Amino acid sequence: MNHLGFDIEKLKIGSFDFTCCEGCQLQLASRESTLPAFLALLDIRNFREISSERSDDYDIALVEGSITRQDEVERLKTIRSQAKVLVAYGSCACFGGVNALRNKFPQEETIRTVYIGKEIDTMPAAHKISDFVTVDYSIPGCPVFKEEVERIVVSIATRSPIPLPKYPVCVECKQRLNTCLFDLGEVCLGPLARAGCDAVCPSGKTPCLGCRGPADGINYDSFLQLVQDKGLSADEMREKLAFYNGFEDYLNHEG
Amino acid sequence: MKVDFNIDIHHLPRVEGHGDIRISVSDGRLAEAKWAVVETPRFFEMMVKGISAERMPFLTSRICGICSISHTLASIRSLERAMQITPPETARIIRLLAMHGETLQSHALHLFFLAAPDFMGTPSVVPLLHTHPEVVEAGLLLKELGNELSITTCGRATHPVSLVLGGVSKAPSKQRLAEIKQMIADRKPMLDRATEFFMTLPVPEFVRETEFISLRDGESYPFIGGNLVSTDGVVRDENDYLLMTNEYTVDFSTSKFTKVSRESSAAGALARFNNNYDQLYPQAKEAAAAFGLQPVCHNPFMNNVAQLVECHHIIASAEAIIDQLLDEDLTEISADYNPQAGAATGAVEAPRGVLYHHMETDETGKVVKGDCIIPTTQNNANIHYDLRALAEQSLAEGKGEKEVEKLCEMLVRSYDPCISCSVH
Repeated sequence: MNHLGFDIEKLKIGSFDFTCCEGCQLQLASRESTLPAFLALLDIRNFREISSERSDDYDIALVEGSITRQDEVERLKTIRSQAKVLVAYGSCACFGGVNALRNKFPQEETIRTVYIGKEIDTMPAAHKISDFVTVDYSIPGCPVFKEEVERIVVSIATRSPIPLPKYPVCVECKQRLNTCLFDLGEVCLGPLARAGCDAVCPSGKTPCLGCRGPADGINYDSFLQLVQDKGLSADEMREKLAFYNGFEDYLNHEG
Repeated sequence: MKVDFNIDIHHLPRVEGHGDIRISVSDGRLAEAKWAVVETPRFFEMMVKGISAERMPFLTSRICGICSISHTLASIRSLERAMQITPPETARIIRLLAMHGETLQSHALHLFFLAAPDFMGTPSVVPLLHTHPEVVEAGLLLKELGNELSITTCGRATHPVSLVLGGVSKAPSKQRLAEIKQMIADRKPMLDRATEFFMTLPVPEFVRETEFISLRDGESYPFIGGNLVSTDGVVRDENDYLLMTNEYTVDFSTSKFTKVSRESSAAGALARFNNNYDQLYPQAKEAAAAFGLQPVCHNPFMNNVAQLVECHHIIASAEAIIDQLLDEDLTEISADYNPQAGAATGAVEAPRGVLYHHMETDETGKVVKGDCIIPTTQNNANIHYDLRALAEQSLAEGKGEKEVEKLCEMLVRSYDPCISCSVH
C-alpha cells in the first residue's frame, strides 16, 4: 500500500470472536464499495468466519464478544500474547453488551431455565474483555460502525492513531437536524452516549440506547434531572442505561 | 482396502459460530459421525425476563448478527399477536422489504464468501478477487444491494433501528425508494452473472430423504407468518410451534436438536422451495429450471441453488413492493397500542429457515417468559444424520480421508448454519 508517497507494509491482522452474535465481524465485510480497498491494507492471517487459513502470526487482533467461559479466558490470553495491538470491538467486548443482562440472575436459575436438566459450563456473569487482558483500543457499538473501523484501522496502518469522539450522540443528532426525541416524549440516551455512530437510532426515530457507552465528561445528574423534569419514566431510563452495560458504573454508583 | 482415520475439525471455518465435525473410520467402516456445536450459550431466554415489550425486538435482534431483521420481526410479530396490535398495511410491506434486503444480503454472503471458495478450492474469497474478479464483483454488488434495501427501510442492515411494535417508526423517503428502484434495475444483470457462474460448479451427488419444514400461507412465498407445514404432510397453526420442533438436548452439543415426523428434519431455502414452489415469481422458477431443481429435492447441497433461486424471487418481489410504496403517501406507518397481558408465537422465515419467537407479557407489557427456536437448531439433527450418511456413501465409493473431510465440510456449509444464533 502507498500512503502519501510512502510504502506502508500491510497490517497482519486476525479477527477473533467470543460470546456474541458475530455481527461486528460481519461489518468488516460490509460497505462493499470500499471493501477491496480496505482489504488491500490488510494481510488477513486468521479470520475463521470468512477464511479457513489460520496463523498465529499477526500484529493486530480484533476481538469481538464477551467472555463467559473459562476456556475463552485462556484463548483470549493467548491472543493477547501473540498480538502487538489488541482492539476490543463491539459493545460485548467493550462492556459485556446485552449478554450482561443475565448477570443479575443466579447462575443455577439461568441454566435451569434454558437447558432444564443439562449441565452447562458457563461463568456466573458475562464479562468485558478488559476484565482479563490489557486492551489497546476500544471501538464500541452494537454493531460497530464500519466507517469508524476503517478510519481506525487505516490510522493504525499509517501509524497515526486517532481517538474516538469525546462528545455525545446529541451533537451528531443535531447536525442531522432531527427532532429531539425528548420533545416527542421519549427517554433518549443521546445526551450521555459517545458519538461516532452518526446518530443512527434517533435519526430512525428510535431512542439511543447507549451502545457506545458514556461520552467524556458527561453530566449524569443533569440527565437524571432532565428525565424527571420531563415527567418521563425512571424505570424506562434504567432499562435503557442497563441495555448494553456501558453505564454500569453510573447505575452502581446510584445504588 | 481397509482404512482407519479420524477427522476432527475444530471450529469449522467459513460458518457463523463454533461447531466441530468429528468422524471416525475404523477398518474401512464408519465408527462415528458427529456434528458437535461447542458455542458458548448466552441465555437469551433468561435475559428477556422483565424487559419491556417495546424494547424486546432491540434485544432479540442481538441473537444474530446476520439475520437480526428476522429476529426483530419474529419478536414484533409475537408481541403484536400477544397484545392484539394490528400494524398498518404500509408498515407490513415496509417490513417485508426490509426482510428481502436481509435475505439477499445473507444469501449473497453465503454463496460468494462462504460456499464458493469450497467449489473453487481456495481458503477464502480473497484469492477469487484476482482469479474471478467479475464473480466477486457480482457477489459484492448483490450483497450491497441487499444491505441498501435494509438500510433504506429500517435504518441499518445489522440490528435495525426503525422496526418497532405497532409498525415502523420512520418511513423511507420516496426519493430514496426511487434510487433503490434504479439500483435494482442496474444490478439485475449481476444476478444473471451469478447464476451463470454457479451453473458451472458441480453439485455433489448425495440424497438422504428428509422432512422439510417451512411456513406456508398459500398466497405468497412465505416470509412473515403463516401455517407451519412439512413435506410429510403436516400442517399446524403458528402457535403450535412446539409440536413442530420437539426440542431435545444431546450430550455432545450446546445447541439443541429437533424432530417432527422422522429422526430429523430440515429448514431453510430448500425447505421453503420444496413447500412453496407454486408461489415463486416466474423469474425464480426459470432459474430453478436452469439448474434442474424441482420440488421435492432431497439433496442438501442444492440448498445453495435454492438460495440463488430465492434471490431471483426477492428482486422481483422488491420491485413490486417499491412500486406500491411509491404510489402511497407513507403517512400511516404505525398503530397506537396499550400494553396488555397475552402470549403468542411469531414465526418468520429467516434466511436459514423458519424462526419462532414465543413471548408472554404481563398487564404492564413486560415480558415474563420468552422462547426462541432458531432455524439452525432445527437443522442440527439433519446435519448430524446427513454427515453419517454422506461419510458412509463416500467410504462405499472408495473416497479417502481428504475427500471425505472436504465433502463433510461442504455439506455443513451448504446448510449455511448460524451457530451462535442457535446457541442464543
